[in-house]
Amino acid sequence: MTAHVDVTRREFLQVASAAGATLVIGFTLPGCATPGAPAGPPLEPNAWLKIGTDESILVIVDRSEMGQGIATALPMLLAEELEADWSKIRIEFAPADPVYNHRLFGMQATGGSASIRAAWMPLRQAGAAAREVLIDAAAQTWEVDRAACRAENGAVIHSGGRRLTYGHLVATARTLPVPTEPPLKEPKDWKILGTRVPRLDTPPKVDGTAQFGIDVTVPGMLVAVVARCPVFGGKVASFDAAKAEAVPGVRHVVQISSGIAVVADGYWPAKTGRDALAVTWDEGPTAGISSASIGRLFAQRAARAGAVARNDGNADRALSGAASRLDAAYEAPFLAHATMEPMNCTAHVRPDGVDIWAPTQFQGAAHQVGAGIGGVPPEQVKVHTTYLGGGFGRRFELDFIQEALETSKAVGAPVKVVWSREDDTRHEFYRPASYHRLRAGLDGTGRPAAWTHRVVAPSIMARIFPDTVQNGLDGEAVEGAVEMPYGVPNVHVDYVLTDTGIPVGFWRSVNHSFNAFVVESFIDELAHAAGQDPYEYRRGLLGNAPRYRRVLELAATQAGWGSPLPAGVFRGIAVHKSFEAYVAQVAEVSVGSEGAVRVHRVVCAVDCGPVVNPDTVEAQMQSGIVYGLTAALYGEIGIDRGRVVQGNFHDYPMLRMAEMPRVEVHIVPSTDSQGGVGEPGTPPIAPAVCNAIFAATGKRIRKLPIGQVT
Amino acid sequence: MAPIEFTVNGRRQSVDVAPDTPLLWVLRDNLGLTGTKFGCGIAQCGSCTVHIDGAPTRSCVIGISTVAGKRVTTIEGLSRDRSHPVQRAWIAEDVPQCGYCQSGQIMAAVALLETTPNPTDADIDAAMTNICRCGTYQRIRTAIHRAAEGV
Ligand code: FES
Ligand code: FES
Repeated sequence: MTAHVDVTRREFLQVASAAGATLVIGFTLPGCATPGAPAGPPLEPNAWLKIGTDESILVIVDRSEMGQGIATALPMLLAEELEADWSKIRIEFAPADPVYNHRLFGMQATGGSASIRAAWMPLRQAGAAAREVLIDAAAQTWEVDRAACRAENGAVIHSGGRRLTYGHLVATARTLPVPTEPPLKEPKDWKILGTRVPRLDTPPKVDGTAQFGIDVTVPGMLVAVVARCPVFGGKVASFDAAKAEAVPGVRHVVQISSGIAVVADGYWPAKTGRDALAVTWDEGPTAGISSASIGRLFAQRAARAGAVARNDGNADRALSGAASRLDAAYEAPFLAHATMEPMNCTAHVRPDGVDIWAPTQFQGAAHQVGAGIGGVPPEQVKVHTTYLGGGFGRRFELDFIQEALETSKAVGAPVKVVWSREDDTRHEFYRPASYHRLRAGLDGTGRPAAWTHRVVAPSIMARIFPDTVQNGLDGEAVEGAVEMPYGVPNVHVDYVLTDTGIPVGFWRSVNHSFNAFVVESFIDELAHAAGQDPYEYRRGLLGNAPRYRRVLELAATQAGWGSPLPAGVFRGIAVHKSFEAYVAQVAEVSVGSEGAVRVHRVVCAVDCGPVVNPDTVEAQMQSGIVYGLTAALYGEIGIDRGRVVQGNFHDYPMLRMAEMPRVEVHIVPSTDSQGGVGEPGTPPIAPAVCNAIFAATGKRIRKLPIGQVT
Repeated sequence: MAPIEFTVNGRRQSVDVAPDTPLLWVLRDNLGLTGTKFGCGIAQCGSCTVHIDGAPTRSCVIGISTVAGKRVTTIEGLSRDRSHPVQRAWIAEDVPQCGYCQSGQIMAAVALLETTPNPTDADIDAAMTNICRCGTYQRIRTAIHRAAEGV
């Protein structure tokens, strides 16, 4: 692959030498370089900015771009305070370095819809500090009072009319101290924040030049495809490499901790060799489990009390005194992330150092794994982050990185490990399956007097951050259930941690994805039992939850709640808070005579506090809705004899164009606390659609996926 | 094995690989044209869509031997400078999210507009069967209409 057409030779060499390979992430808009610009090193006021004497502004993006738009949003934060000329902005992904640790997580990672919340202050301060030092440089150059100078559109301007662009101030600014507490602009003065700035990564994504992990090529690189035990936790008992080695192009067959790697000149010979390999597996204890056995385990475990996550009043007493009672069990399946780009990683383990080129959400840990497997000090490990062809939490894991490192070490060459779609679907860290037991009691007027919710599910945190699980309580497993926002005097929420042997991981919106389905479906059941309109019923119970109520009202109003619909079309509504953002959705749904569910329109209201880029917020709501709707309609990973049943898109289907509803997004103007947007669009869609199905058919969907409604 | 000859983006190419090697992997691994993506390998997702003699084709299931003598166009061959109307419409609507499916989406859209210059929504539904895991379908639809209207 040749370098991008617009990347100048100098930039290319810079990036290439930094990356040690032809990894070109950034791009330049034509006509950026100023002829006759002063030469010299750039101004680097902090870890995120390099201002060149040629006016270029290089922003070091320290979060992974996986579609969520962060590679545009972070530069917007900097550029606003820097008073930069937006057309001069270029981006480069950050190396692994503690300076880039996430302010909320304390590690270099991307997730939790938290990138903007973490960067909101530090990146604006970084831009402001650079602006101030450039103003200082201009005042010094002109020998004028700095109060008479201001920054605007990539230049400092003196009230007397003199003007110097940033590139001309770099040399002087480099000699001056960078202020540590620069003033920030008033929101009323923002020119970039809150506007629809086009994404910086769109141009390379329409001409094939954006480099994803799977596109990485380094000199001498081989490609590996790995045979892994089909049963979780199984191991290689023995293998015969002869047939694989006989495939032309296959160079090595090596055992690594996850299985057998077939290493070849390209993907096709490696895959052909892998498929020809004869491996005997020691399948281990998980070989006995199935979806049915897991379902039985969950139902049994639901009979016992769990770790208490919330306890208001006395729910048991209130239940026994209630005028009417509801009991229900809800279930949600394991789900695969199915990122469009299958898992892959390129690594080069050498005695003197390690390079990792990865579409990763977790540079900090990749760095450590590289040092561990490479047997070198961390300073000798370089992590090069590519574009990610989707992440959704899957690329927070390290399995694919470890495979590339081990294989490269074993064969003594740079190796790109590439997973087939089947590998990707069957060797996952799945969204946990879950089982829920709900009880509610209503008083004579239909208002809820008691609400209990028992969550039975595996714990992601128990695997990844076990210290956070205390006395059987994983606070994340009950996220969205604990914060049940409705005004109910007696509430009890508990959690029964239930491991199943199936690996679980963070899947877009994590445990909110099922807890929202359950809470927002069950409140709909209550509304029906009370004989009340499901929107008005919710609204009446959200008196102490104004941000929930505001998005609920906005979605209902924009959807025309209560107004007539075409024959056969029905509405459902849901509201949920996740990652500090409040989202309500109204779905318009019809159910065909064969039970086929069709979603025609989704009206979405979101309150995520101050907005960086409304175009991105809309895109992320649309994206989250498609992700959640795909899961609600079709998503199910089944287990048989300890193996995943599904393998590819024919049996793990995705929503496509013809099924895409019209999505309308309404953003609440808000100066309240900030929330994320990458995930919060996902949780409400399943219950909104299921509640519409109930309105259409009278059938309550208590088990996902929806499939055919019969 | 005799080398297999065909044309890619107007240039003659000759490759010497196993005849069942899919065109996708010849493009990516042998010719270094990584704009065409791998998503499923079984003609389900459309990430690997290229044009063979002008027709949109899922290159992951096309053995290279069947491409001999044919004309292949990939995303890299659409324009030199992102000036194809479909690319311009994609930029104007800021369609891509992760971007991984977009080469295939664009190649499918280009083929649709060549046969159906003014597609209806139903035409788009029928022709655009590629998967986008990021859910950019709404913007893809808008961008196709925009390209049809001259961007
Ligand atoms: S990779 Fe060819 S259709 Fe999916
Ligand atoms: S943009 Fe990510 S899969 Fe389409």
